[in-house]
Amino acid sequence: MSNDFYTLNVNGEDHQVADSWAGESLLWVLRERLGFPGAKNACEEGECGSCSVRIGEEVVCSCLVLAGSATEQEITTIEGLSAEGELSDVQQAFIDAGAVQCGFCTPGLLVTIDDLLEKNENPDDLTVREAISGNLCRCTGYGRILEAVQIAAASRRGEKRE
Amino acid sequence: MSEVKTKTPISNSRIGDSAPRPDGIPKVKGTFAFSSDLWHEKMLWGGTLRSPYPAARINKLDITEALLIDGVHTVLTHSDVPGEAVYGLEHADQPVMAAEVVRYEGEPVAIVAADHPEIVRRALAAIKVEYEEMVPLTDPEIAESVGHIHPDGNVFRKINIRHGDQEIQGDIQVEGFYEVGMQDQAFLGPESGLAVPGEDGGVDLYVSTQWLHADQRQVASCLGLKEEDVRITLAGVGGAFGAREDLSLHVHLCMLAMRTNRPVKMIYSREESFHGHVHRHPAKMWYRHHADREGNLLRVEARVLLDGGAYASSSGAVIANAACFAAGPYRIPNANIEGIVVRTNNPPCGAMRGFGAVQTCMGHEAQMDKLAAVLNVDPVEIRLKNALKTGDQLLTGQIITGTAPVAEVIRTCAEHVPSYQKSSDLMSLPGGAGRTADPEHISRGEAIAVGFKNLMFSEGFDDFSSAVCHLEDGVATITCACAEVGQGFVTLAQQITREILGVEEVILAPAATETVGSAGSTSASRQTWMSGGAVQKACEEVRLKLLQRVTEEHEIGIDDLVLAEGQVLSLNGDFSISIDVATENPLEARVEYRHAPTFPLDENGQGDAHVSFAFAAHRAVVDVDPELGLVKVVELITSQDVGRLLNPVQAIGQLEGGAAQGVGLAVMEEVLVAEGNIRNASFTDYLIPTALDMPPVEVAAIIEQPEPGAPFGAKGIGEPPSISSTAAVVAAIREATNLELPRVPVRLTDIVSVEEPS
Amino acid sequence: MPAALILMPVTVARSLDHALAALEECPEAIILAGGTDVMVQVNRGSMPVDQVVAIGRIPELQGWSREGDWLHLGAGVTYSEMMGEEISSMVPALAQASRTVGSPQIRNAGTIGGNLGTSSPAGDTLPTLFALEAVLTIRSSTGVRKLPINQFIVGVKQNALQPGELIEKISVPVLEGPQEFCKIGPRNAMVISVASFTLLTDVKESQVRSCLGTVGPVPIRPTEAENLLSNGVNWEKNKVSSEVLEAFASLCADAAQPIDDHRGSAAYRRHAIKILSRRAACRIFSEDNS
Repeated sequence: MSNDFYTLNVNGEDHQVADSWAGESLLWVLRERLGFPGAKNACEEGECGSCSVRIGEEVVCSCLVLAGSATEQEITTIEGLSAEGELSDVQQAFIDAGAVQCGFCTPGLLVTIDDLLEKNENPDDLTVREAISGNLCRCTGYGRILEAVQIAAASRRGEKRE
Repeated sequence: MSEVKTKTPISNSRIGDSAPRPDGIPKVKGTFAFSSDLWHEKMLWGGTLRSPYPAARINKLDITEALLIDGVHTVLTHSDVPGEAVYGLEHADQPVMAAEVVRYEGEPVAIVAADHPEIVRRALAAIKVEYEEMVPLTDPEIAESVGHIHPDGNVFRKINIRHGDQEIQGDIQVEGFYEVGMQDQAFLGPESGLAVPGEDGGVDLYVSTQWLHADQRQVASCLGLKEEDVRITLAGVGGAFGAREDLSLHVHLCMLAMRTNRPVKMIYSREESFHGHVHRHPAKMWYRHHADREGNLLRVEARVLLDGGAYASSSGAVIANAACFAAGPYRIPNANIEGIVVRTNNPPCGAMRGFGAVQTCMGHEAQMDKLAAVLNVDPVEIRLKNALKTGDQLLTGQIITGTAPVAEVIRTCAEHVPSYQKSSDLMSLPGGAGRTADPEHISRGEAIAVGFKNLMFSEGFDDFSSAVCHLEDGVATITCACAEVGQGFVTLAQQITREILGVEEVILAPAATETVGSAGSTSASRQTWMSGGAVQKACEEVRLKLLQRVTEEHEIGIDDLVLAEGQVLSLNGDFSISIDVATENPLEARVEYRHAPTFPLDENGQGDAHVSFAFAAHRAVVDVDPELGLVKVVELITSQDVGRLLNPVQAIGQLEGGAAQGVGLAVMEEVLVAEGNIRNASFTDYLIPTALDMPPVEVAAIIEQPEPGAPFGAKGIGEPPSISSTAAVVAAIREATNLELPRVPVRLTDIVSVEEPS
Repeated sequence: MPAALILMPVTVARSLDHALAALEECPEAIILAGGTDVMVQVNRGSMPVDQVVAIGRIPELQGWSREGDWLHLGAGVTYSEMMGEEISSMVPALAQASRTVGSPQIRNAGTIGGNLGTSSPAGDTLPTLFALEAVLTIRSSTGVRKLPINQFIVGVKQNALQPGELIEKISVPVLEGPQEFCKIGPRNAMVISVASFTLLTDVKESQVRSCLGTVGPVPIRPTEAENLLSNGVNWEKNKVSSEVLEAFASLCADAAQPIDDHRGSAAYRRHAIKILSRRAACRIFSEDNS
């Protein structure tokens, strides 16, 4: 059953992981081996959401994914949400609304909200709150984040939020 | 760590604008380098062995087996500390690593550097420590009277404020005991950093902190190095809230790097983080308020006991604040306040947002409500009747010379018409996703609270900040060691620079000890005033130099020139030169900025110890399920005294974020300590509000009354949102339940009284 | 890298047979489904990682099927899937319970099989599965066996799964009638249960089924209370008297065997069961005060 390396597909590209320890989480491998430090390490027990990544169609906590088990799947991290030099609508809305303070929760929230808006372009306040209830933020009290989601959602619907 | 460079149209990025954060783009792209994101060639991983006991003698410490593990590079203990064995922010009493005794659960005992975090774990497990357990001192009430658990004694500081008539009795008296649990700052970015050994025998440390130069002083002392040989650069900070004012892994990282001659990285786990930084002091408070029949306060008596835990940290300053602001923002002619902070074998406590004023606000506001109830008057009225204003005296005898819009924050907050709507969705009722309540089970409560505290450091501390402004080719570069911890000083520094120099491009150099003097701590709501003041002063000096240069070179009177839109212009419009051209030869100013001096408190706790004060009020609306004890905070309304609003969006972020920490303390956040051991050192069991717990925050009013002496008239705004929010929420729960609720956080069983049949 | 660490023993199973073969070879391997419990231990360093068999992508463990009055849930069905309209319409209480599990991220990864495998007293789906008298299909390379849930979970984090075995599917009856699940936690989301309660109705049989969570080493069926309520309900009118409701709630509370821990006291937990059971019953039946 032993292998020297395994391959992870991150943001559309294959990456080989060699000489690794079996217990490494996807979060750790992304951050420390593959050069994707965007997903963050705040609790490493699935209670903060700052390590959120998308695997296939679902957002999960990458700290709770054993890296060696995530082969042959499409992993999308914050680094894959927008092209270099560009910002996605949600990223822009975060800046405009003042949703960023220390920024540690920001990547995880962006991955979560991007997924939410892909599945629901017109989420009401309670829906958004539940969708991000697994993403702790200690700086903002969530007010500007909720505002950013509504700004981005409105722009996706072709409306402008005042 | 990288330079932050943005080009923002000057039209929306001056003082008073909601200028965007210069670090916003890297933060939303995931490329911003936090201290845990650092990497270096040939880097090793560090780890810490911690005491499982709150009090024990170390009889034997054997690292032999750990050293034999393949991939372990070094294991160090107290005997390897090259310099001073102890450190501390105000008073050095905390060992870098425990020698003979451990005094709290989680105290560092040994450190390891290895090739991989898993090897670190195995090495830590292989270190053999023989502890002889001792009975821990865990009750702060007896700390003063039992044997010392540290050579420096069990009392960190005692402070007595005696003001006016010590005997006068009010016709109306209300009394109460109150308690505040231990709160954790729970920043999201755990303690982390990277130390790189220098070829010169020094060391470079990249770390998240609140005060680079205070770290440098303490680290150098413990390493036995000169301060300039310890070069500290601010790495991205994932929140702070007071928990990064003290050293954590700093000395350990440097020791490991210097011993192995390799770069070493360390990241605390969340569990370790709970042991690795100080918490908000738990408080026990007794109050007796005296008033006349009209509700005028005559005298306040209070005793405030804070549990400082095992080491001093900033306990001395915290108890001073707790005592000075013990009675709230009210005019009180007579007072005797006794404040004491003691040493125990509980987790060390120190700075957290609000710094002593949070605990006492919960007490004095409960007392004001009791007084209103006894007199049968509106709680708002009794507060307005006694509200402090400019010219009034504090309990310390100090006369408030600055602005004090206490009545304004109370009145606007009380009068605001809330916009919340009642929802019948079970998810928005107490219990949330658990579907425990239906609307008919809920009772609603609403209440107001007001609080205040000092801005900046007090009691004669030489408080200053330093900044450098460099203007070259029309580009301004600001160097300041102010720690950006999320609050948005970087935005403000650019706004100030653009305002004064009229240039678009403002580069913020990395915050580091090598390039600039101390900025002081990012705490005490002080950086807007202090480092803002330093940047302002540096920019003003460069501006003057520029105008003088143009005056000399073009023979125009200095009073006829202005800077605007990247140009130096004459007022009559005859002359203009672009700043780019005018600064081909660079101009630079290096400054230190100080606030007005303060003075120590005398033996009666009297003196002009503080510079300035900021006030805020909160009104909370809560839904309570009295049968189950579950609470949902439905809405918060707030008004705050800001002096002058410098960046509206950032200010709202502070008001909302600070209030969220207050909500957390009111209803869920507590480090549970049993016999000295933390029972909930994880985000599974230390709960902070989620988006389903935090209500909308409505800003009733931002009171702008420019503060004399403050740069731009602005007051710091970070702490007041955390002070009265807790008090308002617990008061609203009292309204909903008719219970006394003398303790926060309010637990399920504080609302529901249950007894197990024996 | 130290040689001791360079091992890559993760078997990502492609099929049930693949997984069972791997488990036969290494019966003590960690079985990794959604990872939401296992990885917490691994990250903490409290679970040594020697061999791992990842079963998250075994086609046979995915999805669900309906067979008459029985619903068969693959062990790999996630909480999010159980919250979906289809499963929700068949076993509403299971969907309600799933919605209280952790965060959306956890619900996307965590599985019903994992909840059973962990066998925590606080497992959120377990009370409802106990009330439904779920039957587990357990498979190993040598055979298959079926086990009722109350014989599967035998203690705090203890179950009857033998080395080499996997939970394949969980079968539950589709009952006709309303269902209610409630859970207490001191936060409005992402919180571990302090006490939970499930109440199911079987209108055809004029019976209720109930179960208490987090108030004992394993979920507890309050059989006396169930009988009392089943007999006390006027099933034609869907009504129940206040006296019966009170007695039901008291019997439920009496059945609890709670402990004190840092999340809640035994006394509170017992009290909570009393309140939750009454409220759940009131949501389902109208209280007859006449």
